Amino acid sequence: MNRLSPFNIVSLTLGFAFLYIPMLILVIYSFNGGRLVTVWSGFSTKWYGELFQNEAFLDAALVTLKVAVISSTIAAVLGTMAAYVLVRGGRFLGRTLFSGMIYAPLVMPEVITGLSLLLLFIGIGLDRGVLTIVLAHTTFAMCYVSVVVSSRLVTFDRSLEEAALDLGATPFETFRLVTLPIIAPAVISGWLLAFTLSLDDLVIASFTSGPSSTTLPIKIYSAVRLGVSPEINALSTIMIGIVAVGVITASLVSKQQLIRAKRDEQEAARTE
Amino acid sequence: MNAPVFAPWTDQSAEPMIRFRNVTKKFGDFTAISNLNLDIYEKEFFALLGPSGCGKTTMMRMLAGFEEPTSGDIIVSGDNIGHLPPNQRPVNMMFQSYALFPHLSVWENIAFGLRRDKLPKDQISARVDEMLKLTRLEKFARRKPHQISGGQRQRVALARSLAKAPKLLLLDEPLGALDKKLREATQFELMDIQEKTGTTFVIVTHDQEEAMTVASRIAVMDEGKLVQVDTPDRLYENPNSRYVADFVGDVNIIEAKASPLDGDRYALHWSEAEDALIGTTSTALSDGQSCYMAIRPEKIAISADRPEDAANAVQGKVEDIGYLGNMSTYHVRLNSGSLIKAQVANQRRISRRAFAWEDPVWLSWTATAGVVLAD
Repeated sequence: MNRLSPFNIVSLTLGFAFLYIPMLILVIYSFNGGRLVTVWSGFSTKWYGELFQNEAFLDAALVTLKVAVISSTIAAVLGTMAAYVLVRGGRFLGRTLFSGMIYAPLVMPEVITGLSLLLLFIGIGLDRGVLTIVLAHTTFAMCYVSVVVSSRLVTFDRSLEEAALDLGATPFETFRLVTLPIIAPAVISGWLLAFTLSLDDLVIASFTSGPSSTTLPIKIYSAVRLGVSPEINALSTIMIGIVAVGVITASLVSKQQLIRAKRDEQEAARTE
Repeated sequence: MNAPVFAPWTDQSAEPMIRFRNVTKKFGDFTAISNLNLDIYEKEFFALLGPSGCGKTTMMRMLAGFEEPTSGDIIVSGDNIGHLPPNQRPVNMMFQSYALFPHLSVWENIAFGLRRDKLPKDQISARVDEMLKLTRLEKFARRKPHQISGGQRQRVALARSLAKAPKLLLLDEPLGALDKKLREATQFELMDIQEKTGTTFVIVTHDQEEAMTVASRIAVMDEGKLVQVDTPDRLYENPNSRYVADFVGDVNIIEAKASPLDGDRYALHWSEAEDALIGTTSTALSDGQSCYMAIRPEKIAISADRPEDAANAVQGKVEDIGYLGNMSTYHVRLNSGSLIKAQVANQRRISRRAFAWEDPVWLSWTATAGVVLAD
């Protein structure tokens, strides 16, 4: 192991302090016994109990999950299709225009996206609710999916697709049996990206949600305006926990796979 | 008793299996193949040989269906397949990168093409097992491509492309990724499998040794044109141009002016300081026409004294010796300044070598050893 120099230790500490001290404080205060958020008055888990009694929060969480699952799934399908056409379609008329337009929502201010969607929904007389949030989230999340998937497709060995065609597969079979299984990890990470973006989106959701369909970020935001309650600390801690478990599991699994692949290759080299 | 020689290209009545007729392929302004005609016969092991960019890969991709000819016809067994999509052709291809499906096992890779034909399960299984046996891969059927070695991957790729029993198998630089020993072993294995299955093979390669070893006939290509299509021995011994002589094997090329002697013999004046060389050719050369003598290094003898009866003899000094183990290449600088390579088999151990650096030597060869080429 290399020893770190003092400079490196300082920069490491500073960096991680900036990133994690706010969250750490939030987690600590979620176990605070008192109602005042900034005054410590003993360890307690009562706010977690209260949280699960609060139906408004639970409803909002359910709506958020529903929106996130549906919109990220649609976005994964549409984004993959768009990426495939842009990378594989060759040079067709208007290709540059299309590829520019698909990435535009990435740089578009969310307020503008939200406002224009709101105007559209009012214009066509669509009642605001879960459906409109799903549509809105699909719109901006599919760009992210298409960026992730197209970067995978660019490095994809085309001779694999040619080999499938050569062996008698139709173009559709080639996509289903060869291309899709190989780019699946990229599609899944695109889906996850879309899912998280949808989970924590506040701006677009607040433009497109209706009175009956409040998402969790909107709920938290409006609750905080009335004063930070310890319940929100508890809710945030749970969310941090879920995300942390997800990230750690994913990295452990991929590390395992890497080790296994390396071992397999070494074994293969020996059997020659 | 002599076995009948396999040479359908000499038989006027034989029907070629593959015909390229006036095929041209352009990519934008660039002409990759220009007005090319070529016949390939059934059961041939045919090699397309040339430097990179000569159009050999384009030819193969047109046969496989990944490129369409800009004009002209490609006829396989009487059908014009020039514009048929690749999945409807009776042709399979083995890719340079092998293109094995990484998410499928060796068994499933080989079964992929058979499954597309909707064959019954037991037939697929029997055929895959047969292919595994042919390529000696039975032990690895369940492994994924990343779990086997390079040589094994190469055999999986071959098994997969042969599984559908295509009329024609295309091989794109099939041995490029293997090391030299394995490559040589695999060349003989390929020939063996080609003979066993009776499939017509077309191989693309830039390695002339590989083409000479495996092929029944070789087409030497340059800039989208066929320069010479012939058997390996005729390509080597009777190249039709300087390009072919130079591309296939090692050669000394001497530029000269011809003056006719008797019959097909010519005196070749190549240097003020040296005697004229004697060479033979069937092409008629006029007096004073410029030409080239191509002489292979192994056809040149090296000796300390001038051999009495040699038609051609020149004197020089040994400048360099390339020791290859089984033979040595001597670079001899002539008195006139030109450099000639001569190759000698090392029949004795190296400590007994007859010539060393800076030794004066005579190089000699017969009148028919070299080839006289007009261009």
